Amino acid sequence: MIHFRKFTLANGLRVIVHEDHTTPLAVMNVLYDVGSRDEDPGKTGFAHLFEHLMFGGSVHIPDYDEPLQMAGGENNAYTTNDLTNYYIQLPAENLETAFWLESDRMLSLAFSEKKLDVQRKVVCEEFREHYINKPYGDAWKRMRELAYKVHPYRWMTIGQQLSHIENARLEDVREFFFRHYTPSNAILVIGGNIRFEQIERLTEKWFGSIPSGNRYLRSLPAEPDQEGPRREEVHGRVPLDALYKCFHIFPRLDQRYYTTDLITDLLSGGSSSRLYQILVKEKKFFSHIECYHLGNLDAGLLTIEGKLVRGIRMEEAEQAVDDQVERLCADLISERELQKVKNKAESVIAFEDMALLSRTNSLAFYELLGDAELMNQEIGHYNMVTAGEIREESCRIFNINNSSTLYYYAENGESPGNPI
Amino acid sequence: MVDRLTAPAVLDSAAFDIRLKPYEKITLDNGIPVYLIPSDNQDTLMLELVFNAGNWYETKDLVATATNYLIKNGSSRHTALQINERVEFYGAFLDRSSHHEHASYVLHCLSRHFADLLPVVQEVITDPVFLLEELDIYRQNMKQQLSVNLRKCEFIANRRIDSLLFGPAHPYGRSSSMEAYDALQRDHLQEHYRAHYTYDNCTIFAAGLLPEGFPKLLNESLGKETWNGKSRFAKKDQPIDPAPEKKAYRITNDPQGVQGAVRIARLFPGRLHPDFPKMMVLNTIFGGYFGSRLMSNIREDKGYTYGIHSQLYHFRQQGALAILTEAGREVCEATVREIYREMELMTVEPVGDEELHLVRNYLIGSVLGDLDGSFQLIQRWRSLLLNGLDENYFNQYIHTVRTITAEELLEVARRYFRQEEFYELIVF
Repeated sequence: MIHFRKFTLANGLRVIVHEDHTTPLAVMNVLYDVGSRDEDPGKTGFAHLFEHLMFGGSVHIPDYDEPLQMAGGENNAYTTNDLTNYYIQLPAENLETAFWLESDRMLSLAFSEKKLDVQRKVVCEEFREHYINKPYGDAWKRMRELAYKVHPYRWMTIGQQLSHIENARLEDVREFFFRHYTPSNAILVIGGNIRFEQIERLTEKWFGSIPSGNRYLRSLPAEPDQEGPRREEVHGRVPLDALYKCFHIFPRLDQRYYTTDLITDLLSGGSSSRLYQILVKEKKFFSHIECYHLGNLDAGLLTIEGKLVRGIRMEEAEQAVDDQVERLCADLISERELQKVKNKAESVIAFEDMALLSRTNSLAFYELLGDAELMNQEIGHYNMVTAGEIREESCRIFNINNSSTLYYYAENGESPGNPI
Repeated sequence: MVDRLTAPAVLDSAAFDIRLKPYEKITLDNGIPVYLIPSDNQDTLMLELVFNAGNWYETKDLVATATNYLIKNGSSRHTALQINERVEFYGAFLDRSSHHEHASYVLHCLSRHFADLLPVVQEVITDPVFLLEELDIYRQNMKQQLSVNLRKCEFIANRRIDSLLFGPAHPYGRSSSMEAYDALQRDHLQEHYRAHYTYDNCTIFAAGLLPEGFPKLLNESLGKETWNGKSRFAKKDQPIDPAPEKKAYRITNDPQGVQGAVRIARLFPGRLHPDFPKMMVLNTIFGGYFGSRLMSNIREDKGYTYGIHSQLYHFRQQGALAILTEAGREVCEATVREIYREMELMTVEPVGDEELHLVRNYLIGSVLGDLDGSFQLIQRWRSLLLNGLDENYFNQYIHTVRTITAEELLEVARRYFRQEEFYELIVF
C-alpha cells in the first residue's frame, strides 16, 4: 500500500506528495502528458528530441545540470510513445533546488540554436547506435509499420527516419513547448523525506505563478480492426534467422489488459514458461524466444520474437509458435499455472515499489491514467483474472487475422541449414 | 515575485554525516559466514551465495560460466523444469552470475515464501548433475548468441581492449570463442563445481525482511554439512601480459557500419594503492558523470556521440582505467583527439574551485543514494568484504572526496594521464 496525498494548483498542475521518512533522499518527478503518439507524421522523433532540449537551459537558468550536481543530485528523463517523464533524486535537505530548476523550465526554455544543433547530432548518434548499427536494429520499425496503418504508434519514439530529426527547426521546438509543456498538461510528484505542508508551500511558491496554458486535447485516430494476416520478409546483414510476430491488444485501462499481461508471462515469464520450455529446451527450434508487450496506453501490441537455431526452417519455427499460442485458446490452464503468474505479478510489484524513485514514477503514471490510487489496485486487477478469461482472450488475440509476421532472414550463405 | 535568478541555498556535502551502517554477522555450524542487513521497511528479501569460482579459477576456457549457468539445470532429484517451476511458482527469482573472481547464486523473493524456497536453493547448490543434454543446449545457444554479438563493434572493442591490457591468455583478457564452446565437456564442469562450490569456499549475504527463525532455517539447510568437502585450489597469479606495442589500433569489423567503438585504456593500480581513491575523484571530473569534461566537450558541445565515459576497473590482481564511447564513423578520429586534449588539460591546469566543489557535492550525494535501502547497503558491504576490505576503506574514500586538493589531482593526472601509456583502439 503506497500512501500519498494530492492537490491541484489554480493553474491546473496536479501535485502528489508521498512521504517516506525512512530515506534521507527526496525525489521530484515531472510527467508531461505528451509522447511520440502526439507528433506530426512528417516530424516524428520530436517528443524525444525535445526531451534532450529540456536540458539546454531555461529562461532564468543557463545550465540545468550544474546547480543540481552542486546540490548533490542526479537526474534523467525518458520519452515513450505515450508520455515524457523527468526525475531528480537528491538529498532531501536540498529539495528546493529541484523546485527551482523544474519550475523554471516549465515556465520557459532558453531556445538556443546552438543547443538544438548539438542535440540533433546527439540524437542522430543515439539513433545510429541503437537502431542502425545493431543487428536486427530495424526490426521494430518494420513491425510497427506492418501492424499500424493509422495510429501514431506506427513510428518509433526515436523517430521514423533520421531526416525528421535532422530537419527539426527552432520554431518547431518553440511551438511544441508552448503546446505541451504547461502546468495543465503536467503531473508533479514529490516523494521521500519531506512533509506535505512543506510541499504545499514550495509548490505554490515555485509553480503557482506559471501561466496555465491550454490543456492539450488529444484526438488520435483509432487503429481499425485488422482484417487479415500481414506478412513481410527481409534479408538483413545478420547471422541468424529471426521470427517476429505481433498481435493487437486492448488499451491499458481495459480489464483485459491484465489478462493479456498474464498471458505474456505464461508464454515467457521465466525458465518454466511455455515458449522457453517447449521451443528452446524440448524442440530446440529457438536459441532465444520471448513474449512481451510495452504497456502502452492506447491499444498496443503483444509481440513474440525469437532467434532460430541454425538449420531450422522459418515455417517450421512459426508453426511451433502457433501451436503454443493455440493451446492457450484450446485448453484451460491449470489453477496452479494461473496462480504462478499471479504470484509473479505480485512479486514484481513488490520489488518495483522498494525504490523511492520507482514509487514516485509510478504515482505519476497512474495519475496520468486517471488516478494515482489505481497504483494500489493493481494486484486486485490481476487476481480477478480467471482461467476462462485467459482462454477467451488468447483466442481473440492469437486469431490469425490479428497477426503481423516478419521473417527476418540472415544474409545468404550463413543460414538456413548451415550447422555451426 | 519569487527570485528565479538566484539558486536556492544548498546544504553543502561537508554537512552530511555519511556512515556505512554496520552489518550483522552470524556463522553457520560448518563455518560459513553470513552477513545480514535486516530491514522492516519492506516485504522482500535477497539471499546470495558467493563462491571463489569465477573464470580466474578455471583451468579450461569458459568452464566457470558454463558451470555456474548449469548448476541450476537439474539435480539428482529434479529436472531443470521442475526446479524452475518450484522457484517461479512463488514469484521468486533465482539468478546466477559468474565474473572474474566470484560466481554466485542469488534469490529474490517475498519474505513470506522464503521457507518454501530455501530447500530449492540448497538442492540447486549442493546436488547438480550437469546433464549432457543441458550442456549441449547451452553450448548451441551460447554459440548462436556469440555469432550475433560478433557483429557489434562495441562487443569486439571490449574483447580487444581487455586482451591488449591483460594479455590474451590471462583470465582478465581471454575471450569466448566457438572453439572453446565446442571443447566444453561435462566432466570439466563437474570438476570445476566440486573444486570450488564447497562449503568452505562460500560466503552468504542476505538483506531485507528476514523471516522469524531465519538464522536457524539457514543453518539447518546449509550449515550442517561440510558439503562438497574442502575446496581444491592451487593456482598462482598469472602474470599480466599487456601487448608490447601501444600504437593506435584500428579494426574494421563491419565495412558498412555507421559508427565506431572507441576504447582508450591503460593499466592502473588496484584498490589498495593510495592513488586509487584519488583517481576515483579525478576520473569523475574527467569522464565519470554527466557533467564530466568528456561529456561536456564531446557530447554536449560537439555532438559526436550519445555518450562517453571513463571508468576504473578494480579486479583483484590488477586495475585499469578506460575511456569508452561509440561515435559517428566520420568523427571517431576527432573524438580520439579530443579525449587526449582533455587528458592533457588535466595535467597542465589545476581543477577550478567551483568544479571541485561541485564534484565533491555530487559524489557525496550519489553515495547517499547508493546506500539507501537494505539491498543497496548489502551490495556495498559485499564489494568490501569479498575484497578483504572494511568500513575504513569506505571512510578513507569519503575522506578523500572531502579533502583532496586541486594540486593533488594535478599530481595524479600527471602520473597517469600520459598518452604514450594508453592503448588506443577503434573498431568500425
